[in-house]
Amino acid sequence: MSATGNGTLNLRLRVWRQDGPGDAGRFETYDVGGISSDASFLEMLDVLNERLTLEGREPITFESDCREGICGTCGLMINGRAHGPQKGTATCQLHMREFSDGDLITVEPWRAGSFEVIRDLAVDRTALDRIIAAGGYISVNTGAAPDANLVPVPKEAAESAFDAAACIGCGACVAACPNSAAQLFTAAKVQHLNLLPQGQPERWARTEAMVETMEQFFGSCTNHGECEEACPKEISIDFIAWTNRDYVRAKLKNRKLAGQR
Amino acid sequence: MIGSLDARLPEGPLEDAWTDHKFALRLVNPNNKRRFTVIVVGTGLAGASAAASLGELGYRVKAFTYHDSPRRAHSIAAQGGINAAKNYKNDGDSVFRLFYDTIKGGDYRSREANVYRLAETSLAIIDQCVAAGVPFAREYGGLLDNRSFGGAQVSRTFYARGQTGQQLLLGAYSALMRQVAAGTVDLHTRAEMLDLVVADGRAAGIVVRDLLSGEVTAHAGDAVILATGGYSNVYFLSTNAKMCNVTAAWRAHRRGALFANPCYTQIHPTCIPAGDDFQSKLTLMSESLRNDGRIWVPRAFDDTRAAADIPEAERDYYLEEKYAAFGNLVPRDVASRNAKAVVDAGRGVGSLRNGVYLDFSDVLARDGAEVVRAKYGNLFDMYARITGEDPYRVPMRIYPAVHYTMGGLWVDYNLMSNVPGLFVAGEANFSDHGANRLGASALMQGLADGYFIVPYTVGDYLAGHLGKEGPGTAHPAFADTVSEVNDRTARWTAARGSRTVDWFHRELGRMVWDHCGMSRNAAGLQKALAEIPALRQEFHADVCVPGSAATLNQSLEKAGRVDDFFELAELLARDALEREESCGGHFREEHQDAEGEARRDDERFTHVAAWEWAGPDDGPIRHREELEFSAVTPTTRSYK
Repeated sequence: MSATGNGTLNLRLRVWRQDGPGDAGRFETYDVGGISSDASFLEMLDVLNERLTLEGREPITFESDCREGICGTCGLMINGRAHGPQKGTATCQLHMREFSDGDLITVEPWRAGSFEVIRDLAVDRTALDRIIAAGGYISVNTGAAPDANLVPVPKEAAESAFDAAACIGCGACVAACPNSAAQLFTAAKVQHLNLLPQGQPERWARTEAMVETMEQFFGSCTNHGECEEACPKEISIDFIAWTNRDYVRAKLKNRKLAGQR
Repeated sequence: MIGSLDARLPEGPLEDAWTDHKFALRLVNPNNKRRFTVIVVGTGLAGASAAASLGELGYRVKAFTYHDSPRRAHSIAAQGGINAAKNYKNDGDSVFRLFYDTIKGGDYRSREANVYRLAETSLAIIDQCVAAGVPFAREYGGLLDNRSFGGAQVSRTFYARGQTGQQLLLGAYSALMRQVAAGTVDLHTRAEMLDLVVADGRAAGIVVRDLLSGEVTAHAGDAVILATGGYSNVYFLSTNAKMCNVTAAWRAHRRGALFANPCYTQIHPTCIPAGDDFQSKLTLMSESLRNDGRIWVPRAFDDTRAAADIPEAERDYYLEEKYAAFGNLVPRDVASRNAKAVVDAGRGVGSLRNGVYLDFSDVLARDGAEVVRAKYGNLFDMYARITGEDPYRVPMRIYPAVHYTMGGLWVDYNLMSNVPGLFVAGEANFSDHGANRLGASALMQGLADGYFIVPYTVGDYLAGHLGKEGPGTAHPAFADTVSEVNDRTARWTAARGSRTVDWFHRELGRMVWDHCGMSRNAAGLQKALAEIPALRQEFHADVCVPGSAATLNQSLEKAGRVDDFFELAELLARDALEREESCGGHFREEHQDAEGEARRDDERFTHVAAWEWAGPDDGPIRHREELEFSAVTPTTRSYK
């Protein structure tokens, strides 16, 4: 953690403004003074928006909801880094004590072909939901479950599954990837379920369907590793390796034998 | 005018009530289910689980959320866990004990039958979630782990590190997405419900605004389920997500649905104290922290020494001293009021003197940092990120904040409101927590309602409409409702006053917190009842909403929500004024004993207050639903 304290910051912001998906967009520059270093980054933008509104200008559209780093709604490119300079931290949990008085801060939306800019800093991430719909679940109808303790889950498997399940679906991995791949997002969900005994019956079908849906909407993974760096939940790139292994096995296992339909 | 309230409670012994009731509910055969459209608003735990379950059953479901994805609902932020009476710990838990604890925790202001059903259903919820792949904490043998949680003397709380809500929501979300892929659920994202359509005396559909295009459309359904969460954001500063609002429930209220017990609001004891005026929301830390953290303040007033410099003898572990049996694990309202008392007395800690210590040094010395990290690592990290302080070395500072609202739309045992066909699930209804909710019970209720109650009871309602065409969008009520929504929207976009929506929201929140917060009195509530409408008038006259209604416009979205918060705030204050007793989260200063403990008035107030909207110019009408207790005897809560 860098300097803490009750200082006041005067900043210059370069913010991406875009009226809608069809608009070309441009940077606009704002001087923002008197920001407490204890404020969060989004509270700093709240203050700027209040001022813009009172000046008769349109406030900057940016998305956020829980402001606790768990809902995955927020996500800004700050000085070229997804979620900004602090590792393992979503934009809403980033605080101004990470910045210095006089800083110039560039704020952009996630940039990726599959994330269309809706307005200013807000983008459309529904392609991520399509990957989940392709197989990111265990098929168990309500009421059909056996007793919860019937199937023991080794602690290591449960812990590892949880590490993967911690994904908040913010899309930072896509924004940070030079290929705009959603491989870390996909791998996290695939491995969350593939690591659990409950996930075994659909393991191979799930893996193939989710990976190929990812490929349909996003670029391909070439192991740059930028995603792991950007991930606010620090999800390990190892899950990608495991998913690649599962994918190869799935392609073999899912192949129908001769004569089968 | 509404006659007497019929909660349609089951007869007979509690143990068999829900089973017998389910048998008595009418069924819709599989072929007929696809003839019915069910609208589900909200995709948090209650909404997503209801939509998925109804889709699996074969109904045509239309699900609506204002988020970009169903996975973002605020259920996701619940940290601590979910209760279930599995008795896996062999420590004497049972369905009856969970029922008893919940009734007692709710300060005897909830229905026995509802609460018993909740406790009973808790067993199936855990089974369902585990089967769906929720990665709950495990013991080394591979079986599920449990921990104890605020207000309980048994370990019945299932958890997934400090992110239980997230993992449960992702489970319900994946079940929902499976149905979306299967084509049984038609999912509408970035679609905000702005009104309920009531036609021919029943809920017939909703009016929504597409948040991207601004287009306002009507959707018809044979039943409407609201699972739209609570109203804590009426306080502006709360632990709720920024977008949480009361609009869907409030619009339904204005269309005839009764609003029950709005004054029952819950203050969560373990939040990070507010910093300054820029603060946009408060952050909660799971109260599971109270299992191992010890709460204290200096014995001396205005003690400015660092925590480490204050010797043991000069520390006041006030909860442990006052409540020998429960200590730091007393229920939320008790913990919160005691924190307020010591801070008000000038013994608060931190630079603003607005918190109390939550100290982990004992457990760190006993078990080591690694054990503590495994249990609470993410919470400690979160605290450090927000405050810039390291809780492994200095005690955390905490203070209560508004967190949950027990009040909500009135529903009967079937979770149907007094408007036929309008069902309400999860935090949006008032049904199960009485005047105070126990920890780890919100997730339980959301999933009980969505997975296991509404799918049965909606079927019973629909069975009564077989073969009858419902009022479709051609019914004039739809066009009328759409045009009322458009008129409201046009009023906001024409507003070019001198203050922002957030400014008014903040001012409103301050009023509600000051007069209807952790403790209330008649003079303060009367003041609130005078100030709130005055501020609302100012809001209408002087708010500034830039931009157009035909694009994504966050100021416009907020204006409509804050307008509804104004009306709700007034009802909240009125309800608090009329309830001349202290119970659960509602503490009236006039009603306390010599030691400052809450004093209920069972003679006059063993009832639900269900308010009817009587138009913008007339005061609301208060209806009563009497509460009867047969299995438990209301006693004064004692945690000593």
